Amino acid sequence: MMRFLVSRLASALVVILGVSVLVFFLIHLVPGDPVEVMLGEGSQPADREALRRALGLDLPVHVQLGHYLQGLLQGDLGVSLHSRRPIGEILLERIPATLELALAGLVVAVLIALPLGIIAALRKDTPWDGGAMAFAMLGVSIPNFWMGPLLILVFSLWLGWLPVSGREGPASLVLPALTLGTAMAAILSRMIRATLLEVLNEDYIRTARAKGLSWGQVVRRHALRNAMLPVITLLGLQLGALLAGAVITEIVFSWPGIGQLVIESIQRRDYPVVQACVLLISLAYVLVNTLTDLCYAWLDPRIRLGQ
Amino acid sequence: MNDKPGTDILLSIRNLTTCFETANGLLHAVDDVSFDIRRGETFALLGESGCGKSMTSLSIMRLVPEPAGRITRGQVLLDGRDLLRLPEAEMRRVRGNRIAMIFQEPMTSLNPVLSVGEQIGEAVRLHRGLRGRAAREVVLALLDAVGIPDPARRHDEYPHQLSGGMKQRVMIAIALAGEPDLLIADEPTTALDVTIQAQVLALLERLQEETGMAVLLITHDLGVVAGMADRVAVMYAGQIVETAPRDAFFAEPRHPYSRKLFESLPDIAKRDRPLSVIPGSVPPLYREFSACRFAERCAFAWEDCRASVPRWITEGERGVRCHLYDRVPASRRPLGAEAEATSSTPSAAPALSVASHDGELLEVEALQVHFPIQKGLFKRTVGYVRAVDGVSLRIGKGATVALVGESGCGKTTIGKAILQLIRPTAGRVLLEGTDLTALRGEALRRRRRDFQIIFQDPFSSMNPRMQVGDIIQEGLVALGLERDPARRQARVDALLEQVGLPREAKGRYPHEFSGGQRQRICIARALAVGPKLLVCDEPTSALDISVQAQILNLLRELQEALGLSYLFITHNLSVVGYLADEVAVMYLGRIVEYGPVDAVLNRARHPYTQALLSAIPVIDQETRREVIRLEGDLPSPAHPPEGCHFHTRCPHAMDACRRRYPGRTRLDGGHWVHCYLYE
Repeated sequence: MMRFLVSRLASALVVILGVSVLVFFLIHLVPGDPVEVMLGEGSQPADREALRRALGLDLPVHVQLGHYLQGLLQGDLGVSLHSRRPIGEILLERIPATLELALAGLVVAVLIALPLGIIAALRKDTPWDGGAMAFAMLGVSIPNFWMGPLLILVFSLWLGWLPVSGREGPASLVLPALTLGTAMAAILSRMIRATLLEVLNEDYIRTARAKGLSWGQVVRRHALRNAMLPVITLLGLQLGALLAGAVITEIVFSWPGIGQLVIESIQRRDYPVVQACVLLISLAYVLVNTLTDLCYAWLDPRIRLGQ
Repeated sequence: MNDKPGTDILLSIRNLTTCFETANGLLHAVDDVSFDIRRGETFALLGESGCGKSMTSLSIMRLVPEPAGRITRGQVLLDGRDLLRLPEAEMRRVRGNRIAMIFQEPMTSLNPVLSVGEQIGEAVRLHRGLRGRAAREVVLALLDAVGIPDPARRHDEYPHQLSGGMKQRVMIAIALAGEPDLLIADEPTTALDVTIQAQVLALLERLQEETGMAVLLITHDLGVVAGMADRVAVMYAGQIVETAPRDAFFAEPRHPYSRKLFESLPDIAKRDRPLSVIPGSVPPLYREFSACRFAERCAFAWEDCRASVPRWITEGERGVRCHLYDRVPASRRPLGAEAEATSSTPSAAPALSVASHDGELLEVEALQVHFPIQKGLFKRTVGYVRAVDGVSLRIGKGATVALVGESGCGKTTIGKAILQLIRPTAGRVLLEGTDLTALRGEALRRRRRDFQIIFQDPFSSMNPRMQVGDIIQEGLVALGLERDPARRQARVDALLEQVGLPREAKGRYPHEFSGGQRQRICIARALAVGPKLLVCDEPTSALDISVQAQILNLLRELQEALGLSYLFITHNLSVVGYLADEVAVMYLGRIVEYGPVDAVLNRARHPYTQALLSAIPVIDQETRREVIRLEGDLPSPAHPPEGCHFHTRCPHAMDACRRRYPGRTRLDGGHWVHCYLYE
């Protein structure tokens, strides 16, 4: 297990380094003169020169890369063109909001999807199954930009139970988490149903039943753990997406997270911030993927112990 | 087996009927089956795939897959109590406790994410009410009882860390946890190699002696039945057609179907003639039967057989469901006379023509295939799996060379390396003098018309979305051998006829055909480009005995008609005896013995060949050899033992064997062996 851990972490580090370098070159991929793009066409040459120097774009590329990587190691991500504040600070303000929303959405999704998927699989081809899958179909089909306003309409405007938007207290988390969670739950419950059905057809389920275990014991001890393996991959991918900022949901609910920041920064042509966000999102993906792998290894001895 | 199986009845099955809801209607998988199992005896249920034998056993356990299947009628009386009427909660106390079960596929029958100890412990907890340390002690004792070395270590290992034979032992340990009165063994050794099969069968016998449990042995293998069973029941199309004590059954099988099963077995003594086959196929089990189910395929059928369902006729310990034993006096049964004609050994010794070679077609020289083992982040090569490690052999024109050995010995890899489907690491493959290993790209592709392959599994070796006609002509198109579509169609028609399929087959899809028919399609596909060499990789292993006979006959006809050379890769030595001219026996990537089929099968020299031969269950108990029990499993080809690879399992291992690999010793008549015993 230790060796597996070390090898996963080592490859995660390699990926992070690679991503950092790629992100560095992003700014050079901006067509034309990045400084001109950032300042707009009518800008003064003196301003451009100043910005160029401020960004260090006047130095040779390898020196720039060196400075950039050095900065990263020291936690220095540069300064926002818009607010002139250090980008690290801006991100630190936003990360908790995104993290909070992502985890809450995930919890909602799992709480809905797990029972739904299991019931649908165990009661295959009955009204239970039909109902659960109809719900899943609805969840997948309803876009978040519609679901969000609908929830606001019902729970905030009509019933007046929950705040309309913003991030003030736990109550404000409920509606955005529900919006994200239901959409995820839909996909997740279908996946759980499908893998559980597959696992229930495996020979070792027959062995477990032949042992004299009750159906409940068979499902709990033998089927679920095996069925969870592919589900965890999906969960990891979805969590990665959530950490990248659930852009639409954050905007609908004016949730001050990373997704909102990305959109704002793009609109303001605040490239250093966009760059930092891309880096952060990649890091989030790498982190979640590594966690997924470790989770996998913990659940499946074939991976933990090597084939 | 028990010397004195009890005479009192443990399990009595009465009129058991199990049906399946299918798209075509209600399928009677088990149809009015009745039999008794006595305390301590081994009762064998024999039959080909789809005859209902597995479904019978699942019905006894009430594990028929629901809701598609259900038991519609009958009784399963365990000590007089009808299991079919028990509430599910009580039935659970029977499963794994009074009746335990082991399955055909030990590879997939254990939960991959739970340790061996946990899986056995579960049954111990459930049926003996033990927990913690006490349960662990019992689990260790069970592991020891089923012959797993170092139980304390194995206890915490996971299924993927065990070999197939070990997994089946673990399955048996789980079954024993509840100290059952009856063990249902559903094809317990079918997925295992013969030497491992011998180990597992011996274990079952020993455990039965120690515990006095009865065994319901479900199998298609007449040899296993002969070695293990006290009594036998033969199933056909959902019904039992014959029951008899073992010796009586093997001395004189009564039902025409049973007789045909014996006659279609390949054997070295039948080399000079085609194998007897059962025409047609098993009737679909959707309809009600108003006649004998076997009548359409039976050589002895008369008007009664087609007019009414035969009743169950008992005579002492025996029973048979056949009109021939109904009103026809024994003396007039055509069976006796016919049987004599076919089952007597031919007066003249079979002509072991070591093929009329017209020179060599294929020469393999010092072939090596090593697969790198890669580890770590940068996939460093840390070693090699020596799948094939210096193999040389020749195949004459129109001759058949068999490559035999257990799984993992490298025989399939050789086949693929000869066909350049895997590029060899070293060595040469000369086809009519051209070194195939030196050919690249287009030159190799054009040459592929000369060598083709048929695979073991006809179910997965054809693209399910292609029509049969397209599958067959794909090679012709790809190699540009026949550009005129009309002539290509004519060629497909001719090929289908050649392999015994109707022309209409070409517009259909593979799933519409039975296993045997699919293998015929695969043969037609291989023949389409007019090859000289056909590599047959276990072509009959996935087929039933009666279907195997048809395919073997076909392969022989084709060889005679077209002058084909075969490299026949198999683990089945009876097939080798029937078909091959020369045999190469492989162990861990090398040929250990080579020679004419008669010499290798009848005068085997290498201890491994001897062990392999002795491990095959034989039908004729008189000629039964003492099984040379090999200990342990095949070593890993990544780390073959020093010296002779076989010395770790060899009963004759000497000092020299541990030091250096033995050289080739030539015996008489092209027979050679790598073994210090003969140097």
